Amino acid sequence: MARVFMKGCEAMAEAAVRAGCRFFAGYPITPQNEIPEYMSRRLPEVGGHFVQGESEVASVSMVYGAAASGTRSMTSSSSPGISLKSEGVSYCASARVPMVYINVARGGPGVGSIQPAQMDYLQATKASGNGGFRMRVFAPATVQEAADMVYAAFDYADRDRNPVLILSDGVVGTMMEPVELPPMKTEEEVAAIKESKRSWAIVGHKLDYAHRAWIQPGQWSTLLQQKENEAAAALYESWKSDARAEEYLLEDAEIVLTSYGICGRIAKSAVNVLRREGVKAGLIRPLTVYPFPYGAYDRIDYRRVKGILDVEMSIPALFLEDVETAVAGRARISTCLCSGGNIMSRDAVLRAAAKIMEGN
Amino acid sequence: METNLCVAGFGGQGIMALGKILAEAACDSTDKKVTFFPSYGAEQRGGTANCYVVISDEEIGAPLGDVMDDIIVMNGASLAKFLPRVRPGGRLFVNSSIVKDEIGRGDITVVRAPVTELALELGNAKVLNVIMLGVYVGYTRIIAPDIVWNAIEQTLGSKVSLLPLNREAFRRGLALGEAAREDR
Repeated sequence: MARVFMKGCEAMAEAAVRAGCRFFAGYPITPQNEIPEYMSRRLPEVGGHFVQGESEVASVSMVYGAAASGTRSMTSSSSPGISLKSEGVSYCASARVPMVYINVARGGPGVGSIQPAQMDYLQATKASGNGGFRMRVFAPATVQEAADMVYAAFDYADRDRNPVLILSDGVVGTMMEPVELPPMKTEEEVAAIKESKRSWAIVGHKLDYAHRAWIQPGQWSTLLQQKENEAAAALYESWKSDARAEEYLLEDAEIVLTSYGICGRIAKSAVNVLRREGVKAGLIRPLTVYPFPYGAYDRIDYRRVKGILDVEMSIPALFLEDVETAVAGRARISTCLCSGGNIMSRDAVLRAAAKIMEGN
Repeated sequence: METNLCVAGFGGQGIMALGKILAEAACDSTDKKVTFFPSYGAEQRGGTANCYVVISDEEIGAPLGDVMDDIIVMNGASLAKFLPRVRPGGRLFVNSSIVKDEIGRGDITVVRAPVTELALELGNAKVLNVIMLGVYVGYTRIIAPDIVWNAIEQTLGSKVSLLPLNREAFRRGLALGEAAREDR
């Protein structure tokens, strides 16, 4: 495959089309506007449909409807807009309707700043809406990963009949990098995917009660609701073995940096600088932040390690909560944080690492 | 080897196009890693505009550096903002038609090019960014000029009537950059 030079948002949009996405609805917000812009032009070319809704709530609900018909469907937004979409996402999770959505995250809380940030970690991984549902959440650090993760997300969504979230940020969304795009699914493949959902999707069933499809975001019967929640819990449990992380130079590491998304690549470049200076540094960068790759932290050699450095673009630290659970008191954890739309400085990471190595 | 470049000036001076063409040329011509990161938001609407290009043999961390190896500055406001971020030993490429200030740093190389005047001489003020791209490529040799020219051609796309003007603009810039390189 030839590599092309693409903006993160556009590469994610194209990857979705190639995965068979044929419906997109969204509402403008910086820094993700290039996704709906791209989709508005691209989807009609492949027989798909683009709608700019009158709001975030309307657009996510349109995706709920389109996805309920078996069509691969997507929406996207940025932090405050993602909050508004939480109702529709929760409905999809409850009704077991597969859809993919992208958060090109910016500063928060509230309207925050339009600059890149990682303030939505807990929302993304713990509670993206009411009702205690879970989702697979992917955290790309490069335009290539962003495209690959969106492409894979549609398969996971369909397999689980559940929403999947891509947690990106304003840097990954707006920067351009070389990318090898995933293969375009043929019209036959796209049709076959839709056909495979016939048993549950609203595709035009007989009028009799026994055969009709029934998309329902909740049950009137408490007994049935509990049964559905138990089935969902078993599904979430089954994902644990799918947790993924990049583990880099861990074996002899005396200091382990851990970070995700855009910060993850900045932390990795800091590890490379530290290694050149003779410091035995390593990295754990979760690729899935739900399920969280707790197991990666068991492969740290805690007899050698002087400390763990949590690097994230959020104040207060949020990713830290999962890191603390994973490390489970086996090493001291320090943080290197920035927020408000400021991009993590590698020099700041190096200074924080030096402090750990000095024993402070 | 990694080169961090920041391009800054007024909105409308073709700042983003300059950075993007250079980055696209790097993507097309080599197996090097490259990132292009535009500033986005309020500053694009009437104030200064800037973008960052990183070209590297290794995986790139942040698509913008804490300190810059090179900066291209098209107006005075951008000089004030970005000059402190050039590393010692770094290089400043400045539009000397507009920026008349003393640079006030002896630890960096300064390449002056009157790109606004040159563009007006060519009959179109808009090509100042292509002239400056030529200066930068001629001086740094970061990417082969013919590959950068291909990227300019691709960017212009169907606007073939603009090719001769841009070719001349790029050629002039290259000549200036190469001359400055020889004078070092």
